[in-house]
Order: sequence, then structure tokens, then C-alpha cells
Amino acid sequence: MVKFNIDDLNIWFGGVQALKGVSMKIMRNEILSVIGPANSGKTTFLRMLNRMNELHPNFKMSGEVELDGRKILELDVESLRKRVGTVFALPLPLPLSIFDNVAYGVKMHGLKSKTATSDIVEKSLKEAYLWDEVKDRLGASAFKLSGGQQQRLCIARTLAVEPEVILFDEPCSGLDPISTAKVEDAMLKLKVNYTIVLVTNNVKQAARVGDRTAFFLSGELIELDITDKMFTAPSDHRTEGYISGKFG
Amino acid sequence: MRKFKEFIIEKLVLISGLASIFFVILIFLFLLKEGLALFKFVNPLQFLAGKSWYPISEPPQLGILPLILGSLVVTIGAAAISIPIGVACALYISEIAPGKVKETLKGGIELLAAIPSVVLGFIGMITIVPWIKHIFNLPTGLTALAGSVMLAFMAMPTIVSIAEDALYSVPRSYKEGALAMGATHWQTIWRVMLPAASSGIFAAVMLGIGRVIGETMAVMMITGNAAVIPSTILQPVRTLTATVAAEMGEAVVGSEHYFALFAIGIVLFVISFAINVTADLFLHRETKKI
Repeated sequence: MVKFNIDDLNIWFGGVQALKGVSMKIMRNEILSVIGPANSGKTTFLRMLNRMNELHPNFKMSGEVELDGRKILELDVESLRKRVGTVFALPLPLPLSIFDNVAYGVKMHGLKSKTATSDIVEKSLKEAYLWDEVKDRLGASAFKLSGGQQQRLCIARTLAVEPEVILFDEPCSGLDPISTAKVEDAMLKLKVNYTIVLVTNNVKQAARVGDRTAFFLSGELIELDITDKMFTAPSDHRTEGYISGKFG
Repeated sequence: MRKFKEFIIEKLVLISGLASIFFVILIFLFLLKEGLALFKFVNPLQFLAGKSWYPISEPPQLGILPLILGSLVVTIGAAAISIPIGVACALYISEIAPGKVKETLKGGIELLAAIPSVVLGFIGMITIVPWIKHIFNLPTGLTALAGSVMLAFMAMPTIVSIAEDALYSVPRSYKEGALAMGATHWQTIWRVMLPAASSGIFAAVMLGIGRVIGETMAVMMITGNAAVIPSTILQPVRTLTATVAAEMGEAVVGSEHYFALFAIGIVLFVISFAINVTADLFLHRETKKI
């Protein structure tokens, strides 16, 4: 099943073209890793999927992006972003308790009874693999958590609004290896219910968690293939150069 | 030789730094000396809570309660007008306005800050005062309300520019985080931007109010200057500042009246000091948080 269908996508910021003629499909319940050096357009690509690029004043685009067969530009932007959640590079807990952090988005979208909210909070924390570590102190401040726990808290907060797709924007760039492993575990378990797009600077991470991997360079999609194949027998020499660490 | 130069420059800078503190202390001591002399004649409670201000009757009655209330009424009125408009304006400039409008508005706000208070008073006198007289059908338009409206104009630039700075310094990631969760623009502003900038906005409000309390010229021209305890905002009032400005020239040096005016100065000094310290506390809390 195709979740996102992207057709001939071009994006400009001011006079600079950030994406050049990108076409690809993102499948339901897969983890798509997006790799590439700095300025390759991978974050721009990710931010296109929930229309965050539109916050940039000089943003211009051409081409089509479809979610479940409907053009995302014709969708209501708030409900699109509810369906397509984001986890950012730096964990960004709100100055609230652990419980309220997760419940925040739920409350904002206008839910519901107290019990329903606490059910959702529990479910989201479990899905983000944080529940066991925090279940006894849901009232504690979110700042008391470690960096890795904060990042999983942010994942739980994203999950709480019940998205269909989760975009990860270099989610482990500020984390130690053990926390990284826990976040990766969470991602692998999540793909059963969600579609995941992971932008990462860590090539090894892409190899570990991605079902398929896309390689971007200077705004172009160079190669998109099954992760194992890409890392063993890339068809483009630039891909080979990047993943073997010759440049980038 | 270079060491020597360094030494001289260092000391010069130190002296300039100390000079400002030194002058503040001198001014304060002078105020205290002249103001506290009053309490040889009148006890402090009578001075602060006395209901009538007749400095040239015999014996003089020196109660500044009507003046304090006058200042208070004008200030509260000005705050009620300028805070919502000022904060909304800051929000519009920092969050909503497109590039060109933003620059124009910011320029306009700076221009507003540059208008001398006597000009504002003068404009108020020939526009707002007659309007108020006409609209509310009063014997005179020289009222606390007129003063409040004009002072709101004076507080606005302070409030807008500092509140806008506070909103601007909210990290972009906060805003993007909220939007990425599917919040609308207004939800983002109301639930994320405003709370995150709240201490800076509070400081902006306090500094705006500080400006209003200390203002003299405009209020003297348009509030009517009647030293009575106001019961509504549609009455003439006299503020602390206007009293000092109007009567200092006529008070006999060394008389009770003269000392009383200095004591009013102390009261004003304490009020503005308290406001500035509060604002400062909040500004610093903000920098620590980020």
C-alpha cells in the first residue's frame, strides 16, 4: 500500500533550489531512512511531508505530494499535521509534568474525559518504551528525565495525537549510544502500526532500522532501494562513496 | 607604556561606571534629607493617608491620599488601555504581520516613542478633552480618563517593543513543535508563544507602567489638577508628579510645603524603584530559563 506518493517535487527557498525533481513512493508500515550529506535536501524533503516548509517566507514548490491518494496541499494543514507527526532532533519537553507533556496535544485537539486522556497517555508511553521507567512518577517534571528519556517522551507526545505517519528528524543526534538503541527499538516496534520516515546523519543507523533507504545529494534523489541491497551493492558510485565514508 | 595606558583606560571606565551610582546615591540622599524634614511637622501616617491637600492654608494641610489615588486612577486607566493593545500589537508584529507591514509598524512605534510628552498633552487637550466632555456630557473634559488615554499612548511603545523582543526570543523550535503537532496558528500563539514569553511580557508591562507613573507634563495639562479623592474616572484628578511640578516654583524654601513636595518625591522614587526592580526580576528570570 502506498502511503505517500511524491511526483516530480521541486522546492525553492528564495533563489536556491533545495529539491530537484524528486519522485518516490513511501509504503505503509515501512521505515524509510533518508540519508545524505549536509545541504542535500533531506530535511526539506521531510518537512514537505507535513507542510512545515510553508513556515519559510520565501518557500516555493512545484510537483505533487499525495497522502493516501489525496493531494496534501488540498488537505486542511492542521489535520494533515495531526496525521503526520514529527519528532525533532532535540528533545523539547514542555515545562510541565510527564503526564501533561503527553496529554498536551490530546487536550489541544479537544479531547475528552479524564479517563480517556490517561488511557491515551499510558498507551503512548508504552509504545514509546518509556512507561516502565516513568509510571511511578508521572507527576514529576519532564526536565527531570535524561536526554534519551526526554526524546522518548517527545515520541510519546507525538503518538498521543494518534498519527498515521511519524517523521523523525535526526532523532538521535544528541543522544548517547544506549539511549539511541532504545529510541531505535521503539521505532522498530512502532512500524507495525505506523509509517516511519527517518532522516539521519548516522549511516549505520539507517542500515540498522530502515526497510528501505533513500540517498539524497544536492537536492536530488540519487538512489532508493532496499536497505540491505543499498548497503551491500549500491547501484550508484556516489551512494557507495557516501556510505563508505569517502565524502560527506 | 602599554600597561600604563591599559591602567588609565581601565580606571577611567571604572570611574564612569561608579559615577552613575554615585549620582543616584547623592540624589537619593538629598531627597531623603529634604523630604524627611517634613516629618518634624507632620507625622508620616497623616501625610500618606490625609484626605486633604491644602498646602497654603494656615495651618497647611498636607495629606497626599488624593494625589496618590489620582496617580493610581490615571495609571490603572492607562494600563487597562495600553496593556491589551500593546501586547496584541507585539503579537501581530512578531507573529502575524508580513515583512513590509512589520517594518512599517515597528518604525511607527518608534516614532510614537519619540513624540515629546508636552506635544502629546497638547494634542490631548485639543482633541480628547473636548470629546470626553461631549461624549459623557460633563462640565469639563479635563479628567482622569483623558490622562489615561494619553498616557496609554506613551506606555505603548515601551510595552510593544519589549514584549516583541520577548516573543522574538522564544526559540523557533517551540513554535515548530506546536505546529507539527497539528496546533493552529492561534493555538500556537496562545498556548506556546505567550506562556514562553510571559516573563518578558510582564517586564514590558511593568516598565510601561513605570513610565506612566513618572510622567508629568501630559497629565498636568489634561487631568484637571483638582486635588480631590476621585470617585470615578470621569473626574478631574491631580497626580503626584503634577503636584510637584506645579507647586515647586511657588513653595517657600524651608517651609512645610517645600518639604512636603520633596517627600512626594520620595514616594514617587519608592514607587518607580519598586516597579523597575519587579520588572528586572522578571527579565532575569527569563534569561535564566532560556
